[in-house]
Amino acid sequence: MTEKEKLFNSGVLTESRKGAIEPPRDLWETKKNGLVIIECPQRIPCNPCHTSCPTGAVKPFSDINDQPSIDYEKCTGCARCVAVCPGLACVVVDLTWGGDKDALMKLPYEMLPMPEEGATVDCLNRVGEPVSKGKVIKVTEPMHDKTHVVHVEVPKDKVMDIRAIRVVK
Amino acid sequence: MRQTEVMVIGGGPAGLSAAIEAATSGCEVTLVDSDLALGGQLIKQTHKFFGSKDERAGTRGFKIAETLMEELEANKDRVTIHSNCTATGFYAEDGVVSCVHGEDDYFRIKPTRIIMATGAQERLLPFPNNHLPGVYGAGAVQTLMNVYGVVPGKKVLMVGAGNIGLIVSYQLMQAGVQVVGIVEAMDKIGGYWVHAAKVRRMGVPIYLRHTVKEALGDKIVTGAVIQEIDDKFQPTGAEVNIDVDVICMAVGLTPTCELLWQAGCQMAFVPQLCGYVAQRDKHMRTSNDDIWVAGDAAGIEEASSAMVEGRIAGLGVAKSLGKIDSGEYSKRLAEFARRLADLRGGEVGAKICQGIACCTVNEWGV
Repeated sequence: MTEKEKLFNSGVLTESRKGAIEPPRDLWETKKNGLVIIECPQRIPCNPCHTSCPTGAVKPFSDINDQPSIDYEKCTGCARCVAVCPGLACVVVDLTWGGDKDALMKLPYEMLPMPEEGATVDCLNRVGEPVSKGKVIKVTEPMHDKTHVVHVEVPKDKVMDIRAIRVVK
Repeated sequence: MRQTEVMVIGGGPAGLSAAIEAATSGCEVTLVDSDLALGGQLIKQTHKFFGSKDERAGTRGFKIAETLMEELEANKDRVTIHSNCTATGFYAEDGVVSCVHGEDDYFRIKPTRIIMATGAQERLLPFPNNHLPGVYGAGAVQTLMNVYGVVPGKKVLMVGAGNIGLIVSYQLMQAGVQVVGIVEAMDKIGGYWVHAAKVRRMGVPIYLRHTVKEALGDKIVTGAVIQEIDDKFQPTGAEVNIDVDVICMAVGLTPTCELLWQAGCQMAFVPQLCGYVAQRDKHMRTSNDDIWVAGDAAGIEEASSAMVEGRIAGLGVAKSLGKIDSGEYSKRLAEFARRLADLRGGEVGAKICQGIACCTVNEWGV
């Protein structure tokens, strides 16, 4: 097994693949409110990202086991899928948020303690290493089911690394 | 001797669904469950379920248990529930089931039909010192944390990266417990990739091709020795000591099928379904005309599938008792069969389908 395979086989995305791709850069950079990134590369029986999407941006599944595919033109960055996905595999990234340096990420969060608005948090990559600090802008609970969506301002060049936050005590 | 039209043994996702389906079709149902509360493993499941809307995807497991209980409650005229009640034996000569309610209240009951939804038992690994306090099965950890609100310890080594190992690791972190690592004997995680990604991004390492060699400690667990293994599961590489006070085993389940054996049902050993299971037809009927099976007792799988299997068994029993007509039955069976096929259509489901093919008969010819 190569290092890359080892990583992927233990749940770490190492490159784009079916069900886990980056949005098209041009659209992404100008889309206010951001676009969704879903990292769901394995065929599993699950479709709430599609059934909960209010704009039809997550395309219909021909088989419930399909990996999600996205019509980015339709994605409004509403982050409903972020709150709904049982696998916590969705994140919205808004590149129009903060000028040249910053972006806004909308990340799912089911841990304690709850991050407070305005607080600085650690931003973690796919293996849990802190890669930057982030500023909590807003915390919502769209489905009122204890899965929160944390809006965090992060360095723009780290949006493809950051996949979680940790509250700094 | 008590009598009942339909006896459902086990009140987990399969048993509850079977009882609901049988009762709504007009059967008089007695449901027994050995636990204090109904719901089986669902009541410990704080994570959101996969599947589609039909299986309440996106809803947490314990909420699904609540919904099922409400559905059952709506049929309470026809349903008798005995919790804290274990079915201890089946007597093939007269079809009587013996039960014990609590510690010593024995009774016998003669059902016309039985649905065995007895669930599963955890497997454990043999290794030196695995008797020490601090070595847990994942089910016990979930019960402690999610039913009783007690954390099992401070630092945990998880053994097994199937869905249970991954989910329980995540739940431990939610409870503020540190998970120092997950060891997995195979070269890839056995559970859903997204469940693994959730714990990885919180900093938990997953050691593929590793196993726990022994527990350290005198009176309680103070550490664990882990070691890399080769593709024949033989130890290779250095032993590594890690500092933990809990070793949690999530190395698989095996169907609970003693009552099916006692009933003389034709059984088959099916590795893909994790043990001995009753041969069944597509209605979930066993070789004993009066006995149906559903859920993990019929082969280890996800709770979503167990719920659909329970529906099929409940419906089948109702049909066999003449409570519903053939047209209605066929229509609903086809819908449930479609949902099962959907749930089993993915990467993990492929193995299940192979297993089911090994123990499904065409029709029993009754």
